[in-house]
Amino acid sequence: MRKPKVLIFSGYGLNSEVETKFAFDVAGGNAEIVHINDLISKKKKLSDYQIFAIPGGFAYGDDTGAGNGYANRLRNHLWKDITQFINDGKLIIGICNGFQVLVNLGLLPALNLKYGERELGLMPNEIPRYTVRFVDLKTENKISPWLKDIKSLTIPVSNGEGKLYVTEKTLKEMKKKNLVAFRYYKGEICDYLNLPASPNGSIDDIAGVNDETGRILGLMPHPERAMFFTQLPNWPYLKEEYLRTGKKLPEFGPGLQIFKNGVNYFK
Amino acid sequence: MISRVEIFTTVFDSRAKLRKKNKKIKSITLIDVYTIEKNLKQAELEKIGSSVSNPVTQKYYIRSFGSPPFGGSLKMTDSHRNVGQFDWAIEIGFLPGVTDNVSHTVRQIIEDQFNIKFLGNEDVYSSQVTLISGTLNKDEVQKIANSLYNPLIQRAYLKNYKQYVKDHGMGFAAPRVKLIKKPTVSKVDLKVSDDELTKIGKSGITNPDGSKRGPLALDINYLKTIRDYFKNKKRDPNDIEVESLAQTWSEHCKHTIFANPIDEVKDGLFKHYIKRATEDIRKKKSHFAKASRDGDFCVSVFNDNSGAIKFDGKNLITHKVETHNSPSALDPFGGAVTGIVGVNRDTLGFGLGAKPVANYYGFCLADPRIEKKLYKGKGLTQPMLSSKRIMNGVIDGVNAGGNQSGIPTPQGFLNFDERFRGKPLVFVGTIGLIPKKIGGKLSHVKKAQPGDYVVMLGGRIGKDGIHGATFSSEAMDSGSPSTAVQIGDPITQKKLSDAIVKEARDMLLYNSITDNGAGGLSCSVSEMAKESGGVIVTLEKVPLKYPGLEPWEIWISESQERMTLSVPKEKWNKFKSLMDSREVEATIIGKFTDSGKCLVSYNGKIIMDIDMDFLHDGLPTKFLTTTYNPIKYDEPNIPQEKNLNQTLLNMLVRLNITSFSFISQQYDYVVQANSVLPPLQGRGRVNADTSVIRPNLDSQKGVVMSQGLYPSYSDIDTYHMAASSIDTAIRNAVAAGADPNYLAILDNFCWCSADDPERLGTLKRAAQACYDYAVSYGTPFISGKDSMFNDFNGYDEKGKPVNISIPPTLLISSIGVIKNINNVVSLDLKKVNDLIYILGETKEELGASEYFAMQGEKVGKKYIGNMIPKVDAKNNKKLYGQFFKAIQKNLIVSSVSIGRGGIAVALAKTAIGGKLGIQVDLKHIPGNVSRDDHILYSESQGRILVSIDRKNKNVFEKNFKNVHYGLVGKVNNNQVFEVIGLENKKIINLKVDELEKAYKSTFKDY
Repeated sequence: MRKPKVLIFSGYGLNSEVETKFAFDVAGGNAEIVHINDLISKKKKLSDYQIFAIPGGFAYGDDTGAGNGYANRLRNHLWKDITQFINDGKLIIGICNGFQVLVNLGLLPALNLKYGERELGLMPNEIPRYTVRFVDLKTENKISPWLKDIKSLTIPVSNGEGKLYVTEKTLKEMKKKNLVAFRYYKGEICDYLNLPASPNGSIDDIAGVNDETGRILGLMPHPERAMFFTQLPNWPYLKEEYLRTGKKLPEFGPGLQIFKNGVNYFK
Repeated sequence: MISRVEIFTTVFDSRAKLRKKNKKIKSITLIDVYTIEKNLKQAELEKIGSSVSNPVTQKYYIRSFGSPPFGGSLKMTDSHRNVGQFDWAIEIGFLPGVTDNVSHTVRQIIEDQFNIKFLGNEDVYSSQVTLISGTLNKDEVQKIANSLYNPLIQRAYLKNYKQYVKDHGMGFAAPRVKLIKKPTVSKVDLKVSDDELTKIGKSGITNPDGSKRGPLALDINYLKTIRDYFKNKKRDPNDIEVESLAQTWSEHCKHTIFANPIDEVKDGLFKHYIKRATEDIRKKKSHFAKASRDGDFCVSVFNDNSGAIKFDGKNLITHKVETHNSPSALDPFGGAVTGIVGVNRDTLGFGLGAKPVANYYGFCLADPRIEKKLYKGKGLTQPMLSSKRIMNGVIDGVNAGGNQSGIPTPQGFLNFDERFRGKPLVFVGTIGLIPKKIGGKLSHVKKAQPGDYVVMLGGRIGKDGIHGATFSSEAMDSGSPSTAVQIGDPITQKKLSDAIVKEARDMLLYNSITDNGAGGLSCSVSEMAKESGGVIVTLEKVPLKYPGLEPWEIWISESQERMTLSVPKEKWNKFKSLMDSREVEATIIGKFTDSGKCLVSYNGKIIMDIDMDFLHDGLPTKFLTTTYNPIKYDEPNIPQEKNLNQTLLNMLVRLNITSFSFISQQYDYVVQANSVLPPLQGRGRVNADTSVIRPNLDSQKGVVMSQGLYPSYSDIDTYHMAASSIDTAIRNAVAAGADPNYLAILDNFCWCSADDPERLGTLKRAAQACYDYAVSYGTPFISGKDSMFNDFNGYDEKGKPVNISIPPTLLISSIGVIKNINNVVSLDLKKVNDLIYILGETKEELGASEYFAMQGEKVGKKYIGNMIPKVDAKNNKKLYGQFFKAIQKNLIVSSVSIGRGGIAVALAKTAIGGKLGIQVDLKHIPGNVSRDDHILYSESQGRILVSIDRKNKNVFEKNFKNVHYGLVGKVNNNQVFEVIGLENKKIINLKVDELEKAYKSTFKDY
């Protein structure tokens, strides 16, 4: 079976392309970092890939709203290619800044599959400051292939504008249609760190959203920053537990599963 | 035509809530404004409004003024009706020429959307309006405005509601730079009296209108040497020539104090103590195989923008730490952001370009809770920013610079002393990763070739940062220019950085690269020209932010985000098209030669013609002499107390001890997925002195980073101050799992009034200790930097003259390679019933300690004492080596290097970290100290506090031979922190929660 080809966007201040590529490669994909301008100049073709990922970063310095500048550039130059990509039944993921881009591009939540309309806002955090911490996520979502076999996940957030806002009407629709991918909840890592569930005051504690096909996923937290065991904040403690019970230290962390799900969708 | 696109947030705006600090304020609304100076149709403006806002959470309004289609009249949109009632409006925008990153983005969005270009005077400017409801008078509103802006870089307008309605809004201001003077080159007459020469050196060249251009920081001997040089050439120098020499010969660039002969040290402090230490260590290490644990790991030391050591067979690790003190005093945000992105360029400028993998920071500040007004000018003019503004600003600056650049910031520190009130110290550092070989060539070797193009890459040049290098070589007083202030643009640099280290470098498209930092082109180009043997620059080719700059300004401007490269002719087209496709501006501005001359032409005329030899080595030798008169202090008389509960709680809230987690958790340390030991550790999220990253995800190897500094020890003796800093930097790293044989260090000397022989005496002693201890530990220096004039000369709130000099500060930063990241240890206790040990000996060493400082403050005195910690390198080295072995055997469960605040603070941190109780008996602590409080708070070096699994007791104890250690207690499950004193009585009995609360209380609301 050939490895599915994954395109990782880069350029203009996106900054997590290297580790996102690493995660997809470890998960069994064949990932490639492509500068957005190489797609615009047609040096590369979006249609050559099965998955595209917009990784975390600070595209356009978050000016005029996080993700907005990059979304404008995609809309101005690559809109047709993107809609074709969606129509071809392929997978899209946006992580953190990438999620903000997908939202500003109107790819999420895209009620009634109306791609291109903005229906969501990711606003400055409740305490309007860049915040880095680990969170617990849970999912009850049954429609997204990205979430297969995932019930909960411990990964970090790292953002300034992660507070999700939608109107009540949109929220109702999203819930009905299974478009809430992840919620923050008080689980193991919140207990360990003695922190509240939500890092930013998101409406309904929403951390991630998918479209109605389930094939497009956006989330504020970073699964690639918890792909190794040693990235977890409590790993030195867990290491001691493993040592004393004679167990081998795991190599990988919980975040990897999302990338595996993406890759395995094409296997 | 000028248009304003005004963006309102329609749902709850947390940014507005943050500003609602004054109780009289009922509500606040924020409006983001983009002022566009360009003829655009209403439909286009509407489209722009939609593109720069989100309809779910925001609304936009367009208002235009001037030329068609509005025929010079104001368009009545009654914008106040959109906002509803309010009482006051404050608009804050940038002054002309100040870097405005947001406007840059909006301009790009517009250009991309309509496929148009902004030409000539057309541009975009960003500003923000704060609408306030509440019964406040104008003074009160002005006070709020003052707290929101910095007059050096910003402007603020106030309007009340009535005026706002009458004017239909805030008005249309486009802060365009208008330079009407025609750029010229003028001659400088140096054939003047000594007095005049001195004045030229201090205040600068005189403009035709009589004003001064700002400090050259050249002393009279230097100016005489320049005069003689041009006398031989039979002409007067041009202004650009004098300015250029001032940059190249500045203390900031040439480090004259470290380079010149001093007393009997003929080769100067740097060569004699710092560089020689590294050479001697490398010589010793060269007897061992390179690959062995004892082998020489240094690759490139002291001769590039960063220092580099071997990481593994295929990669090098680089490190560089800089200071950005003077600019941060004036514009803390801009100063710090420029500092961090500037030191990132020291990484990009290492060898053929290293990739930044970690940032590092340190802020030395005055207590932000105390307000003391200081003025640079006589008669209460030119007020300095408050310590709180400086603290908040520098924290925000490193946040913006580091986070936006996608570089993790896992380690840093705060240090407080009243003497940092005049000038703060802002340390910024960057660790980089670079393949050892690129295309078969050693990556750390670079050489511009004659015939190569001189290429400027990245941002454009403006008036910002003129005289930065000479300015920082001077004390701060009323002559300090505000043009020395710059604001960094991390995204422009990120684009440049990616294009270099992720693409152009590996295609070998250039022969050499260096950073444009202090001195701008004048330093970077002439520095690189040493490699080829000469250069000619055509200055009119240099891209400018706005027209009208004088040639000398273009040459020395420190506008940010620029690198200088040497690109071979045959590779230019490929290089240029790659940069174009990444939206990175690349311009040929000259050619490297082997003429032996540094030539600059402007519109066809040679305006600078200086021999390379003179430019770089022409500066006269200055013979420095020192004096040294140590002060003997009274020993403080502190009563012995039976119950030390309150003492410990008081200690934990102190600025130098308390948690600064609010900083650690706003600096991204998880980006690049390389975090291993994070800045906050354990359940209690305690600030750690040491962090570990994994810079290459393919490898199990890690990089450990830490530091040591003790400014207060300088009050007693800078020799032992330096020794303690070195021991701490090493010990911190070792405590987390570093191999003591595989550590390197960096020095950052921040001194004060360094022309005073007594101060030079203390500097010399510190440098001596650097040699002695680096060699004893076998830990080489690989890079360093100094900042010699950290003095403030101004006036206090009564207008009385004051001089504030910082305590001489030496920051030692350590970096090492960890073989397997699984073998590192965090600071938190982990398991109930584990045993607690203290390694190393506790001595009666409380001189200049945090404990003395605290006890002194209690009675309104300054307690210093004399018994400063002295470092026993021989014994410590033995201990660190055995400790490393214990970690490799997984014997260490938690470990804390004992530093400021002594054993008491270390115990508290490990307990808070693990949220576990302890019982400790002071009788078992190795050493001969006879008072409980002295045992708890002595700052003796060379000690580590650990916990271990009790089943490993024998193996653990057998591991340590001929070193001091004591089994002092155990981990409890009752959440009680209990210490038994020498007289067998409980002297501390607190809940771990109480300790945590105290530890986290000081910056709780930050």
